[in-house]
Amino acid sequence: MGRYVARRLLQMVPVFFGATLLIFLMVNVMGDPVAGLCGERACDPATAAQLKREFGLDKPLWQQYATYMGNVFTGDFGTAFNGQKVTDLMATAFPVTVRLTIVAILFEIVVGITLGVVTGLRRGRPADTTVLVLTLVVISVPIFVTGLLLQLLLGVRWGWIRPSVPPEATFTQLLVPGLVLASVSLAYVTRLTRTSIAENLRSDYVRTAVAKGLPRRRVVTRHLLRNSLIPVVTFIGTDIGALMGGAILTERIFNIHGVGYQLYQGILRQNAQTVVGFVTVLVLVFLIANLLVDLLYAVLDPRIRYA
Amino acid sequence: MRAAPHARWAAAVAALVLAVAGCGSGGGAAGGAVLSSSWGDPQNPLEPANTNEVQGGKVLDMVFRGLKRYDPRTGRAANMVARSIDTTDSQHFTVRLKDGWTFSNGEKVTARSFVDAWNYGASLRNNQKNAYFFGYIAGYDKVHPASGRQSAGTLSGLKVVDDRTFTITLGQKFSGFPDTLGYAAFAPLPRAFFTDHARWLDKPVGNGPYAIASYTKGSAMYLRKWAAYPGPDKAQNDGVTLQVYTDNNTAYTDVLAGNLDLVDDVPANQLKNVRTDLDGRYLNTPAGIIQTLAFPYYDRKWNTSGARKVRTGLSMAIDRRQITHTLFRDTRTPATDWTSPVLGAAGGYRAGLCGHACDYDPGQARKLIQEGGGIPGGRLRITYNADTGSHKEWVDAVCNSINNALGNDQACVGNPIGTFADFRNQIGRHRMPGPFRAGWQMDYPLIQNFLQPLYYTGASSNDGKWSNKQFDRLVDQANAATDTATAVRLFQQAEGVVRDNMAAIPLWYQNGSAGYTDRLSHVALNPFSVPVYDRIKVG
Repeated sequence: MGRYVARRLLQMVPVFFGATLLIFLMVNVMGDPVAGLCGERACDPATAAQLKREFGLDKPLWQQYATYMGNVFTGDFGTAFNGQKVTDLMATAFPVTVRLTIVAILFEIVVGITLGVVTGLRRGRPADTTVLVLTLVVISVPIFVTGLLLQLLLGVRWGWIRPSVPPEATFTQLLVPGLVLASVSLAYVTRLTRTSIAENLRSDYVRTAVAKGLPRRRVVTRHLLRNSLIPVVTFIGTDIGALMGGAILTERIFNIHGVGYQLYQGILRQNAQTVVGFVTVLVLVFLIANLLVDLLYAVLDPRIRYA
Repeated sequence: MRAAPHARWAAAVAALVLAVAGCGSGGGAAGGAVLSSSWGDPQNPLEPANTNEVQGGKVLDMVFRGLKRYDPRTGRAANMVARSIDTTDSQHFTVRLKDGWTFSNGEKVTARSFVDAWNYGASLRNNQKNAYFFGYIAGYDKVHPASGRQSAGTLSGLKVVDDRTFTITLGQKFSGFPDTLGYAAFAPLPRAFFTDHARWLDKPVGNGPYAIASYTKGSAMYLRKWAAYPGPDKAQNDGVTLQVYTDNNTAYTDVLAGNLDLVDDVPANQLKNVRTDLDGRYLNTPAGIIQTLAFPYYDRKWNTSGARKVRTGLSMAIDRRQITHTLFRDTRTPATDWTSPVLGAAGGYRAGLCGHACDYDPGQARKLIQEGGGIPGGRLRITYNADTGSHKEWVDAVCNSINNALGNDQACVGNPIGTFADFRNQIGRHRMPGPFRAGWQMDYPLIQNFLQPLYYTGASSNDGKWSNKQFDRLVDQANAATDTATAVRLFQQAEGVVRDNMAAIPLWYQNGSAGYTDRLSHVALNPFSVPVYDRIKVG
């Protein structure tokens, strides 16, 4: 187990460097960031040259990358063009996005898996068909349509919620945005669980458990659900990374100042420091989430062991 | 139980994540007659000489008062902190300050507050993006050389005489100079700006009707009315909360829900419903913004006498009236000169100066373009940045109009560029394959500001590198004129040269827009399309 984790952690090193290098190159391909700083006019050449020198943009690219990585390992992610440290931006943005992701994941787990179990056990009945059709609708409607619609209905027409999320962004304020963010994944989780449950329902160990005279509740939760959750856990695990990085649309609609907002701003202003810094952290989150998923397999299925 | 240790592990991780996520920051505005207003994250640190966009400008306009201030309604420059600005030759100026002005931290506003601030703004080592505003002052080339190190720390053209008097010497005659002094870059700065710069940036201190109570970068700023403000334009409300919105659509929705009091710049796709949505609480007033199409004169194909005819022909092929009416729902007005209506007739705006060349006349357009040898390169590619505004929509509409006029589906296409920064970058490198979007928002309401920075040889925003000796000479003469009427007349003659060469195609004047809730009254936009916060009444 320990050796397995160590091996996985070592494998992360090249992935980490490769990913950051790629992002660094991509951001640099976008061109000279100083050009956009002076509004509808050319920066005067002296100021432009000095800004480039200060941000290290006058150096060759490989040297910029080396300096940047060197700084990253001392905890210095550089400074954004508006004079704020990127680490400060992260300190304000990540807690918000983490909260949003937690809300979304909870929706996926609670609602998604419950619906999946219910439909899986009642395959072909009206409840199953209704949920299937609903998930189909949710999957086929783009997330910004869902978001804007809920915002307009709940926020303006009925006045149940604030249309935008205030800066402090507490868990309760993030309920609706979290639901919007989770909606598509939630539908997939439902369908995955349903299929998995329906399949395992016919397997030998379930028949054995039933034959032993175990109560139905225990059969479903201890035997059926635990074995059926493996594909679902994989999906949710990889979804953590996707939700954190892919919340740009949802964050924009509900004016949430999280990771998506900072990335969007960074890309518009060609602020390499912000973009590379945030994506680097997202890459780490993704890698660690994947590792955790793999470790969870062993929890769910004792037959899986890592050496 | 083999599984137990894993489970505990997972639980620990989950607890950690929750702990990290738990630390949200509290906030919220105080009660009273405080209004909330939409805002965008300023692009640069909030230093007066470093702020060149509207969002940062909004704050500076509330927190600072300069020597002059532009009347929010007429745009006319009037003395604020200055008692008088005298000159006999349009080159040497004596500035006398009024007594009784202080910063909100109690420090007196003296001649030194101005001179130190301007020296800071001009100095190359401070990286101030508006440094070129000090370029008229003598000694600028020493503190801000075009290349190499600066050889002086302060401008030789600025001298403090006593606490309330200082003199300005310009490098050349410039009769309009006093009227430029209402621009934010010329604001005075307290000592704290220099002695503890980092702290000042966290919470800027100025001499305006509002003082910053708290500032959370990237999300909100709360400005409180400064009760002891000595100026004549005291705030009529208790404070303003500026809230950062990524998307103006959300801000607009928040106004509909009564969650936000004021949104400026109503998004284009809401214009259709705005009047019914807000029951008339909607402003659509002229601002000092003109949109034009500039041309790459560094490309020889565009710099011929035939190309001049082609440009005039293209101008006549654009149906401005229809585009501004259907696409922009009359939030823009077809341009008939190269300035802006906010200048007023006395300030140099002359409706119809463009003449027939700005009228829609497809027949004449076809003829002129043919006479001029057709569109250089065979096809017109209009370059624009696709990330902000609704540039794609109007460029497509302009191209449609040109294609219809010429009876050729392929005559004109848009050439989008992903980000504004890249757009500026390619302009800077002279890579424009044809005409490109050029927007101009005035810095100060003078006709000079609409002409010199855009069309003077080598000027900072002359992106197409247009150059004309006659134009340059007229501008020099106008700047040297001692009375305003003569200066305006000469500038209009210079504008005539721009017209005769169709140096840039004027498209339309842009309005500022805003929507607000029924809590507010006396809402207005100034000629810079910024809400006049100090006059707004709440409740």
